[in-house]
Amino acid sequence: MHDLASAAANFINLDPITIIYLFLVGFVGGLVSGFIGSGGAFVLTPGMMSLGVPGLVAVASNMCHKFPKALVGAIKRAKYGQVDVKLGIVLGISAEAGVLYGAHIQESIKKAFGDAGSNLYVSISFVVVLGVVGIFVLRDAWKTYKAGNMHAEEKMTKLAKWVQSVNIPGTMVYFKSLDARISILFTIPLGFATGILAATIAVGGFVGVPSMIYVLGAPSLMASATELVIAFVMGLGGSFKYALNGMVDIRLAMIILGGSLFGIQLGAMGTTYVKPFMIKVVMGLIMVIVLFSRALMVPVYLSQLNLITPLTEQTTKILKSTSFAIMIFALALGAFIVLRAMWQGRRAEQRELKETLAHSKA
Amino acid sequence: MTTTEQKTRKKPVAPLILTGIVSAGLYFALLSNQDFLNNTFGKGGLFAFLPIITAFVFSYFHGTFTGHFWTMLGVEASKKKMEVK
Repeated sequence: MHDLASAAANFINLDPITIIYLFLVGFVGGLVSGFIGSGGAFVLTPGMMSLGVPGLVAVASNMCHKFPKALVGAIKRAKYGQVDVKLGIVLGISAEAGVLYGAHIQESIKKAFGDAGSNLYVSISFVVVLGVVGIFVLRDAWKTYKAGNMHAEEKMTKLAKWVQSVNIPGTMVYFKSLDARISILFTIPLGFATGILAATIAVGGFVGVPSMIYVLGAPSLMASATELVIAFVMGLGGSFKYALNGMVDIRLAMIILGGSLFGIQLGAMGTTYVKPFMIKVVMGLIMVIVLFSRALMVPVYLSQLNLITPLTEQTTKILKSTSFAIMIFALALGAFIVLRAMWQGRRAEQRELKETLAHSKA
Repeated sequence: MTTTEQKTRKKPVAPLILTGIVSAGLYFALLSNQDFLNNTFGKGGLFAFLPIITAFVFSYFHGTFTGHFWTMLGVEASKKKMEVK
């Protein structure tokens, strides 16, 4: 059992500036999450740690704000017919198992190689996963844009067509987002990978959403909305696990939630104004920018492990600050694109409405 | 839905005020009892249910409030209900 006195000592003092900072980062994180189904955590967790919050408390508190936020976002997007609850729960359950396994890997690495080893593992996972998936998503969005068929219905990949054609008796389940029956033997590893990634880099959606689109054949809007259900299931289980050890700082979690609930409502509404390929644009851009941010930290951890010539304190400081600034930029850019797309969509709709009115009067 | 109906649709003033007051009350309670919350919620074990329940309560009231807040400001989803598939 944990030490009660030390658990309470893990919780920092909050001043008004800290509260405003957490609220604002929560708002921007919520805005992006409402739109692409995930995001925000990669800035929130290091952001809390920069305030002096211990790593585990930051992860736990982030998770405890994530599941209620995802719940509100999922309910909102369900009103627009974008959520496949069944797919979300099926993937969410296997993601939960992935979270537990991912946390176990993290603990083993930390025991064997210490904090620097664990950080290096997280950064390399970021770089590899975001490098492969992020570039793929962004390339796909770019191809759609160049072909000028942003309005056309999204095409299913060959892989998704094959997945939907496989029939394994006793494992087939119908999912409305796919309008097809697929074997849960395909969803289990995808959910599991989402969970491992969530436990490693805190944003499982960077695997969850692309896998629903490219492997299962779900439309982008439905995939990003269904990710909120997965985030809810994963976040609820994860929060409870951390809360059992008294690691959740409820004040931090609720302040971030305060901002993020304003953001998630906006982000969710934003999805009704944009073309589906915008989900891929925002997600791909954030992934690729965050990749650079984490890549900058790799030499720092390699140096701490004495695997390369040790870096000077000054260089380490510069790399750390630049990495954090790039992450904030990634989130801010995502939020800007969402707001801009929403603004343009609203203006176009209002213009259309005026024209229709003028036409009917005439 | 016609334009006239849209224009005359009532703004959710009462629910906004009600959920706003409850939400503000919850945050006031949260920030004015920090020591008590840190000690109680940090105990772990069966006390693990407390942060979970708190999160649900906050999400209900504050989530409803934020929804009404944007509606009051005139920020709403597209009228052309997005057909996903």
